[in-house]
Amino acid sequence: MVAQRPKSTSSGKSSKGGEKAKGPDPSLSHTDVLPDVPEDIFPMVLTSATQELFECRADEDVTQNNPYKLLKKDDILHDMKARAAVSDFHPVKQTVLNYPGEELLLVFDRDFKYGQSFYLVLTEEAKQRILQPPVSTDEEEPEEESEQYVCRTPEPQQPWVSLGSELEIEEESVKDTRERLKYLVSRVRKKFGAPVNFTDRNALESKEGYIECTSYQDRNFRLIQMERNSATQAVLNLKSSATQTQRTFPRNMYTQYKPRELTEEEKENYMSSENLKNFASSAFSRFEIAIQQNKIMDVFFDDWQALSEGDIAFGGKADTYLKEYQSFTDLQFSKDKSISCIKWHPTISGVIAVSVTEKMSFEERINGSTKLLLNPPLILFWSFSDPINPQLRLECPDDVLSFDFCPSDPNIIIGGCMNGQIVLWDVTAHAQRLHGKRSGERRTTSAYPGSFMAFEEDKENEIPVLLYCAVSSIENGHKAPVTDVQWLPENFEISITGVPVENQNQICVQVVTCAPDCCVMFWDIRAPRPAAHSQAERKQKMEEKQLENPRGIPNTFKYLDLSWKPLIKVMLPKTDASGEYSPLKFSLRDNIHCSRPRSGKDKSVKTTDRPEGKVEYALLRVPSEKQLKPLEDISTMFCVGTEDGELVYTSWKLGKDDDSGRLLSGKPSRCFIVHDSLVNTVKRSPFFKDIILTVGGWNFAVWKESVMNGPIILSPCSQKRCMVGCWSLSNPGMFFIGKEDGNIEVWDLLEKTHEPSHIQNISTASITCMKPWIISSKQHFLAVSDDFGTLHILQIPWTLRNPSSSESSVNKYFEKEVTRLMFFDKRKETMAKQKTATEAEEQKKKTELLVPEKLSEKTEEESLAEYESYLTLEKDILKEMGVSLQEEDKPSNEV
Amino acid sequence: MAEVEETLKRIQSQKGVQGIIIINAEGIPIKSTLDNSSTVQYAGLLHQLVMKTRSTVRDLDPQNDLTFLRVRSKKNEIMIAPDKDYFLIVIQNPSD
Repeated sequence: MVAQRPKSTSSGKSSKGGEKAKGPDPSLSHTDVLPDVPEDIFPMVLTSATQELFECRADEDVTQNNPYKLLKKDDILHDMKARAAVSDFHPVKQTVLNYPGEELLLVFDRDFKYGQSFYLVLTEEAKQRILQPPVSTDEEEPEEESEQYVCRTPEPQQPWVSLGSELEIEEESVKDTRERLKYLVSRVRKKFGAPVNFTDRNALESKEGYIECTSYQDRNFRLIQMERNSATQAVLNLKSSATQTQRTFPRNMYTQYKPRELTEEEKENYMSSENLKNFASSAFSRFEIAIQQNKIMDVFFDDWQALSEGDIAFGGKADTYLKEYQSFTDLQFSKDKSISCIKWHPTISGVIAVSVTEKMSFEERINGSTKLLLNPPLILFWSFSDPINPQLRLECPDDVLSFDFCPSDPNIIIGGCMNGQIVLWDVTAHAQRLHGKRSGERRTTSAYPGSFMAFEEDKENEIPVLLYCAVSSIENGHKAPVTDVQWLPENFEISITGVPVENQNQICVQVVTCAPDCCVMFWDIRAPRPAAHSQAERKQKMEEKQLENPRGIPNTFKYLDLSWKPLIKVMLPKTDASGEYSPLKFSLRDNIHCSRPRSGKDKSVKTTDRPEGKVEYALLRVPSEKQLKPLEDISTMFCVGTEDGELVYTSWKLGKDDDSGRLLSGKPSRCFIVHDSLVNTVKRSPFFKDIILTVGGWNFAVWKESVMNGPIILSPCSQKRCMVGCWSLSNPGMFFIGKEDGNIEVWDLLEKTHEPSHIQNISTASITCMKPWIISSKQHFLAVSDDFGTLHILQIPWTLRNPSSSESSVNKYFEKEVTRLMFFDKRKETMAKQKTATEAEEQKKKTELLVPEKLSEKTEEESLAEYESYLTLEKDILKEMGVSLQEEDKPSNEV
Repeated sequence: MAEVEETLKRIQSQKGVQGIIIINAEGIPIKSTLDNSSTVQYAGLLHQLVMKTRSTVRDLDPQNDLTFLRVRSKKNEIMIAPDKDYFLIVIQNPSD
């Protein structure tokens, strides 16, 4: 009954429109409602009873995933028979009857695709179709339906919201804007089948042969990318962060705190607690042991080292031997002559200068004066590098008894002569030569370049001779041989009145000299302030002198030559008697340039103050007194050793004499006669500013400047005369004495004070001068000169140069001596007092005897009274001692 | 209190003893024969030293404990006797 038309499954999309699938019989009204139901499927409703019967309960036996259920045809027929019109299968009764197969497919239509919850597949083919390839049929069928019938879809759908995408889709989609035109092109009929003729033609023949489109860059169309498709990807938020340590800089921080302290009460509490008591007693035992241990023996004391020190102090004689390092003598110049003064060059190491004098008495000098004039006396410069030939010779007007290098400029040398003149040399020109020439081959040009005749002359010419460049004026200088010359240090200078004032130039400009003509003179090497008339004179002199300069004398001190006057003349009047002292040697307190070699540090300090370059002494002027600032801390006191063996302590300041209005020197404060003969050495210790060694006659003495009573140490008289003395530069408390028999005595005050610790014989002649010097820490030298004209350089051994005694111990020794001296003086005083007292008493007694004797009664009374007093005294004493015989019941005081 | 004073006097009378200080467990001086500033300085510094020493000894051997500490220097010797609650410090100059 039901007209079935098998639907072709492979029908395309562009199927005929309007063709409707005529479904099953029109009695099925739901086909109008659901036009997309295919013919061979019958949607139907199954009641729950039917469902249970056929075991196709919704969502239990049949599910979404398993919607197919095969039903037996017989069962359906049976059901139809059973329930007739009520049966669900009633509408498809006929179909079922006609169904060829045995089983019918019932599909659970969960989604109500065809309007009902189940549908029955009516044909065998459809059944197969559904079961076997269920996927494709399922897909295609809905598509087909949706394409034909646009509006309705079985599923409930949301109304479509346009978001603007259809515009783009429409833009992108290709649509026919107009109908496609169809052209039919055919040839002319007559040419069909006609023979064809083909020819060739070259394309390049004619321009129209081909059309070419060459490419060119059309600048109108520069492609600019206005739009760019780029993909974006969503990622997690990235965050970059950095960290850097804070720059810290050092900063001062302070905390202020106070220590915790207990109050007095708390302290009391603690102190009285039992706890502390126990602790103290227990701790005490430990401490006792520890403290006593320390007392018994010092565990950390190094015996070994201490042992060695003790040994050295009592070292053998061999160790203290002064080894002869070198000896200088010149056959020509220093033979049979005596060396009067030695001076080490202050800056150049290994250079030493000696002044050579004739060994003649005054008579002989007068008699042989012509000979003396021909052979002028010299100062020789010796260098360690050349033991045979002296380096330099300085010519002197007369025998030089004392000379000195200028501390600030070692090229200036000042000397004092036997005729009372002061001489100045300037060796700047030969300074290079003195600076250590190793070999003897190289010699600089001589004074006389032309003559190389005889060997002797040659040799003589090779040692340069330098003439003095200035001498003092004869009338104004000393009247006796100048015995001591010293430069004043550069930190102060003396004004006209003798007041020490500040030295603005910071170089040494003043010299002090003394001579037995009873005066000490201060000289200034600068030009004196010009007076009007003398300038003309000097100019004249200058011109004259410039003309005659044959021997190459340097012009440094031309202005002084023969007109040099002393700045100050200090007379030394005697304290108690009239007359004056005749000084031989002196020593200033603040003369820092004693024989100690300057260390490098001092040098550097000096050069910063000193003006650079060579000083033009001619340009320096003695400043007026008002400009200069007086220095307070420079002491104006100095010690002088005299011809008579006295030590005079006086000041050089000139005071105004009320009577005459002239400047006169004051009387010396102290004067001591200690030595038996003339004093030949007055030297300050390099370690102690106020300790002075004086040597003269047959003994020597050590003085302390502040102690005015006498020498703190006085040596016993020796058998030979002491000729010279000098302090050791490295060992405080040690000094050397040179003797008449050529011995050198080494005195160590801390070892032995009654005799020298070491005696050594150097030469057979008498020692004339000694000077110690330190070249390096290993080389300590002692330059000794003798009466034969030989200069010996001795090396001081380690035992002597090692400071075995420290300064403090030597100081202590000196202090002890001072106290001893004081004690003796006091004793003397007390003794004197006592003596006077006893004398007075004796005098008294003598006078008393003359007085008539006392009455005997009185004397008896007196004796009784005395006896009584004696008894009471006895009682008291016994009582005190507790041995009282009379009163035993009184308690005795036990002390 | 008198006993403690007496003990201190006996220690003080030994040769070379320069000073005695008693400090409590916190390092605060209780009694001293030196001046205040020195006392405070000694107390502060030595207290820390004893603590450190004691902890060292105990670390090496927990059964062990510090009984006496002697610090010998160039100029003098410092002796410290520690206790649970107090320290006794004596400064001695052995070479005098």
